Order: sequence, then C-alpha cells, then structure tokens
Amino acid sequence: MLARVTTFAIDGVQPFQVWVEVDIRSGLPAFTVVGLGDTAVRESRDRIRAAILNSGFKFPEGRITANLAPAFMRKAGPGFDAALALALLAASGQVPAHALAGCAVFGELSLGGELRDSPGALAVAEGAHRSGCARLIVPRTRAHEAALVEDLRIVAVASLRAAADVLAGGATPSLPGAPPAHGANGDAPDLSDVRGHEAPLLALEIAAAGGHNLLLEGAPGTGKTMLARRLPTILPPLSRAEAIEVTRIHSVAGVHAGGLISARPFRAPHHTISPAGLAGGGSPPRPGEATLAHGGVLFLDELSEFQRSSLDALRQPLEDGSVTIVRGQQSLCFPTSFMLVAATNPCPCGFAGVDDRCTCADADLRRHRRRLSGPLLDRMDLLVDVHRPTNDELSTSARSSSAAVLARVTEARERQRSRLMERGASCNGEMDTRAVGALVRLDDAAEHELARAYQHGRLSARGRHRVLRVARTIADLARRDRVARADLLLALSLRQRSGAELMEAV
Amino acid sequence: MNAPRACSDCLRRAWLLVRLASHLDLQRRELANLLSHTDEDLIEAVGGTRATDVRAEWARFDATAYRERCAAAAVDTLCRCQDDYPAKLRDLDTPPSVLHVAGALGRFLELAAGEAVAIVGARRASPYAMENARALARGVAGRLTVVSGMASGVDTAAHEGALQARGGTIAVLGSSPERPYPPSARRLHREIIAAGAVVAELGPGVPARRWMFPARNRVIAALSEMTVVAAARQGSGAMLTIADAEGLGRSLGGVPGQVTAPLSWGPHMVVRRGGELIRSPEDVLTALGHDGPAPAAARERIDDPQLGAVLEALADGYEPRDAFAAAGLDAEGGLAALAALELSGRVRRRAGGRYTIVP
Repeated sequence: MLARVTTFAIDGVQPFQVWVEVDIRSGLPAFTVVGLGDTAVRESRDRIRAAILNSGFKFPEGRITANLAPAFMRKAGPGFDAALALALLAASGQVPAHALAGCAVFGELSLGGELRDSPGALAVAEGAHRSGCARLIVPRTRAHEAALVEDLRIVAVASLRAAADVLAGGATPSLPGAPPAHGANGDAPDLSDVRGHEAPLLALEIAAAGGHNLLLEGAPGTGKTMLARRLPTILPPLSRAEAIEVTRIHSVAGVHAGGLISARPFRAPHHTISPAGLAGGGSPPRPGEATLAHGGVLFLDELSEFQRSSLDALRQPLEDGSVTIVRGQQSLCFPTSFMLVAATNPCPCGFAGVDDRCTCADADLRRHRRRLSGPLLDRMDLLVDVHRPTNDELSTSARSSSAAVLARVTEARERQRSRLMERGASCNGEMDTRAVGALVRLDDAAEHELARAYQHGRLSARGRHRVLRVARTIADLARRDRVARADLLLALSLRQRSGAELMEAV
Repeated sequence: MNAPRACSDCLRRAWLLVRLASHLDLQRRELANLLSHTDEDLIEAVGGTRATDVRAEWARFDATAYRERCAAAAVDTLCRCQDDYPAKLRDLDTPPSVLHVAGALGRFLELAAGEAVAIVGARRASPYAMENARALARGVAGRLTVVSGMASGVDTAAHEGALQARGGTIAVLGSSPERPYPPSARRLHREIIAAGAVVAELGPGVPARRWMFPARNRVIAALSEMTVVAAARQGSGAMLTIADAEGLGRSLGGVPGQVTAPLSWGPHMVVRRGGELIRSPEDVLTALGHDGPAPAAARERIDDPQLGAVLEALADGYEPRDAFAAAGLDAEGGLAALAALELSGRVRRRAGGRYTIVP
C-alpha cells in the first residue's frame, strides 16, 4: 500500500513543500527512510516505531520504504516525524488515506506518541496556505502561531492518537486559550524611566524618526544599553505583514513560541559573537542576530571589542537589507532590515579627554580607534555622547514618555513617506546621494553654515550627505519644509565623526 | 648639496657613538661626562670586553664610506670644525661632533642662525596642553623658529602649529634623522623636512636607544633662545631639556595648568623658579625682546550672547551639559551652539564628547 502526506521543510526562514511517501510491501521486515535526510531524519524511524506502538496502533510488518520528496533537497530536523507516522498509519489502513488529502502535517514525536513543540510552525502554516492545503496538523503548543495564517484550519493536537482521531472523522479540538500578546506587558521599558540624558534622548528621537543608525559614545555604566533598549518603543509599530515575518523568523530560530510578536525586536549580541552568528550561517544555515533583529534594533555594545571579521560580515546586511548565505549546494537569503545602534567607550579606560585621567597606553588607543574606523561607521549617521546623569537630574521627573515621542516620530515619518514615495525609500536614513541632492532643501542661513563647515574641511563629502540626511529628519520633526540653520547646526553637532577625526580627538 | 663637508675626525666620532650605542645604554654614569671623553677614553670607559675590537675598528674607520652612506640616505653632514656649524651649539660643553641634517642644509643653517623657541612637554599630554603648544607655535611662527623633538604629544602639537602657520621648525631626533621616530610620525616627518629640517647627532640607520633622548635634549635646548614647557609630570624627560637650557643660561618658560593636574608639575616648577609665565605667543615674544603683538589669528567674533556664555563656561572647564545650563539652553539649543562654536574654530571636540577651547 502507498500513502502520501504533505509536510513542509524550512529553508532558511521560508517553507518549502515536502511529500512524505510511504510504501509497504511484503518481504523481510525493514524500515528505510530515503530522500537526503540528516541524522535526525534517520533516527525518526525509532521514534516513530515507539510512538505508533505506544499510541495503541499496530506497527505494520513488511518492507517499509519512506521517501521525502523532492529527493534532491537536503532535509533536516525532526519535524517530519508526525507526517511519516501518519503516512505509515494510512499505508497500513489504520487511518483513512483520503482524510490526509489536503491536509498538511508538522511536528516531532516523542516515544510516547505526543506531538512535541517544533519551531517554525508559522512558516509551515504559511506554506500550507500557499500550496492550497485546507488543514494543518500542528503540535498544540504551536497552535497560536499557526493560527496567525488566515483561511487555514488548524488542527492543534497533543498526540498522534488525537491526530488520528480527527482524521478518522472526530471533532477538531478547539484552540487553546489565547496567550498574552507578546510585548504588551506593563513592565516593558519606556522612555519615562529615563532621567537626565537630554542629548541622548534627542538623538534617539531623531534616529527613530529618520531611521538613522546611531553610535552612542560613553564610559561603561552611563546608560547606553538602557537607552538603546528603549529605541524600539519609539519606532512605529510593526504592520501585520511585518509582524508575521518577524514572528516567523523568531519561530524558525526557536527563540519564540506563542502568538504574534507585535513589539519590534531588540537584539544585543555579546561582542564575542562570530561572523556566522551575526550575519547567519552554519550548516544547515541558520539566521544570525542581524536577521533576528529584522524589523527592529540590533545593538552592538562595546563596538571596538567585536572581531573585525564579525563587523565586516554586517556590511552586506546593512547595505542591502538582506544577507545571502551560500553553504555547499545551498544558497539562502535572510532578511536583515534593522536599525543599528552601537555603543563604545571613548577609549579603552573610558576617561579619554578628561585631563590626565586616561590611563590608556598609546598602542591601546590606536587599536581602539582602528577598530572604530572602517566601513561600518560609514553607515552611522548619528553620534551622541552619553554621560552619567547628575544627582539633580536623577531626582527630577521624567522628561517624556515613549508614547509622546512615538507620536512625533510617527508624524515625522508620515512627512517623509509622502516625499520619498517615488524614490523607493521609506525614511530619510535610506536616502541615497541622489535623493539627498534632490529632496533636501536648505534655507539661506543653513546653506551658509553648511558651506562653512565643508570649506573649513570639517566635513568630508560623505559626512556632508550624512549631515544633510539628519538635518532633513530634524526639520521633519520640527514640521519644516526647508532645513533651517538650527536644524543644520544640530545635525552637525550630532554628526558621526569619521575615523580620522576620532583619532585626532584624544 | 650632498658634497662631503664634515671632517674625518668628527665623522669618526659620530661613528664611534653609534658603534658604542648599546654600551652607552648600559651606563649608569652621567651621560654629559661620558660624552666629554675623547674617543680613546670613551672606548676605554664603556667598551668593556669589546674595547679591543672597537679600537681596531676605530683605527680602520673609512670616512669616504661613511659619507657615501649619508649621501645615500639624503642626509647632509655638518661638523664642529666647520665655520657654519651653528654658533649656538658651541655653547654646549660637548657640542655634537657632527650634525646630520635631513632636509635642505641651507634652510637649516638659516633657521639655526635666527631666533628660536623650544616647545617641549609630555608625550601623553592633555588636550589642553596640546592646544596650548599648538597655539604658541602658531603664534610665534614667522618670527621664531619652533624647535622640538617630534615625539608624540606636545612635541607633535608644537611642530604642527608651526607648520600650520607656514613657519620654520626644526625637529631634533635622538635616532637617525632620515627615519621618523616614532615611526607613526611619518607624515609629520615629511612635512618638517619640507618646511624646515630634521637633525640628529647620530647618522643614518641608527635605531632609537634610551640614552639618545637626554642626549638630543641638550641639542634642543642649545638651538633655542628660550625653552617653554607646555606640560610635564614629575620626572618627565622634558624637564631634562629645561635643565639643559638653564645650564646654558637660556630663558625658560612654563604654560600654567590646573594645580591639581600632575601634568602641571613641570610648568609650575619652571615658573616658581623664576621662569616666564607663558599664557600666549605674546608672552614668548615679549620675553625675547620682540615688541608688537603677535599677528592675531583671524577669527570670527562671537556676537550671540548665548554662544558667548557657552564658550565662557567651556573655558572655565565645565562639561557641555553644564555649559548649556549656564547659558540657559536646552540640549537642542546647546548642541547647536557647540556646532556653531566648532565651525568658528573656537572649540574642538574631544573623544567622549568633551570640548576644549582653541586658544
């Protein structure tokens, strides 16, 4: 007897359809799984045998051949267990084969026959919907995630037995109670927790409003991480499509189980991270931190401590908004559209510029600054210094709240959207050289200051573009159509200093 | 220009110092005393077990080959037997037997014949000290030659200031003149050679050794009518230059700093012991008997009272955010004010978001 069940494998963060075919013929008892599976797939034979027997079914006797088609694609992980088991039961007549038509199956089995939690259910559900399946059987723990896909009946079951019952005509179990919306809990970070830090708050607002990457400079313990962590709260909320994409990525990476992720992600990898960990890689390729930060904020604390190779690996993701990983015969594309926030000490000891207190050796300083220069800095529009709040500032009340800032940011983004629409950009931070030339208008006083800064050699040509982009955002926040002198001066003050200027600065 | 000029005996002396460089480094005795020895006595004093070998090599010294090596490195030689050897160096008990000059010899002689000020100080100096050294050099350029040692920190700032104002400057190195020391000063080395001269007591191809620094300090002091220390901690090498200048009876000056800063120790000590208090280029020029103010740097006036208030607070040593508060500005206005001041060339941003005043 031959039976066929639809399931999905995950290729990067995208689903692709896999047909599980099981054939049982008479012969010496044997159970082989073909179709380029990895070790987890090969071991699934033993899990399936135990699960079937422990669920009260009969394990068919005879020569069993299972195939995962298409046979040329590599398949990894235990997510094919349930599909293999149900195909085996259908082939041996223990569940009705016609019930499996139009039904996709996904999940790992335990020896006792339970459907275990399996990452990536949302991607599978999207694949099932796209390929026209009417029903999807998933582990109960993944019910909410799968249910994010509309027009697909989710059969969330806890065990193989329960799945077989539904296929045999039993009632579809109702979905478990809704989980709390992710990120909506009361103790989420908010700008109202911040005391002092006037200039950094201003820079955060500008960064959020224009989608500018931001460099925070300051000694350890001054609040750089605390500030960066609050940036997602003043970014416009994720659209539903974006939210589903973010949820899918996090589900595939196994860092999220539950409902829709509505808060923008904030990822802060440690500086010992490898290039593959940051940009994605490994075998099979897994999304890196850059992809997990997609739609949100990637925060690199102690920027100068990161390996050079790791930072270089971020160049393509920053430039293109996606990263292509080629491993063996596979080539995968991961989305990496994030805002970059980096933090650094002004020097290894943190006291650079304070008369005489800096104890760094020349060699340390040179190494530190060399790390700070380079192509990554080219992508940073803003630089702000973070100082420890004074005692007086700590006892004041909050200056603003995330909601108030978000309202201004949203309005500023709205102004940008109408201007940038035909240029394919969504915020000022994405403007290229030509867009800057065509769209950033300065009034006379601002024009004068810009010319002065450029002629005195305080700005490079590239620095000039960065300043113009930021000045445009500041004017958007101030609801001005032309960039005024004050906007330009503020942008100059917050400009990212090139490596050479940073080097001279100690 | 590379014609052999220096006499063979002087060249042999210069060769001997290089030959004994590693031996001299081990000596704990007074360097000035050793340098006053004749060649034979010096070999005897520091040659140790190699004395015989050195003596044989000394006897075989080939001046022509030495001159060729100098010519190959584009280094001119000038010995103390020659008439145009800088007169100021003859004030030393032990003037260098040969000066090795990288750059145009004519230019060096012209600069050495004129008046000069040495600006010296700590390698690891504060932005305040660096800005002062730079501004002093800039202010006296055109009237005085700026002499220093091309070390990082104050020395570099002094040379840079002179170069910015298109003045003459002389760098005196302990190691060989055709190679930048420290090696990271490649660009500065090139620019000084173009606008002035880099000189050294030792010839081409000599790596730096500890004893060479105090030795070259005496040359810095001797070439200058006045030696100004911009910043020096207790025990700093810059204070050796001061001691040399004092021994030669030259003028001394110190640029005051914060009393709490260890870097102020040297300048304050100089002032206490009767040196000039140097606040501006005018103070240097006046001390050397020049009348009339230094040509004022062309700078814009600050008309905006709020900008003025921020500038004043920064000058008093407040951090930017406190300066904003003093001027009644919020962060937005304050940051814009900083940018305006920076554009006018009145302040310079330092790492960590601190701003120093440009004097």
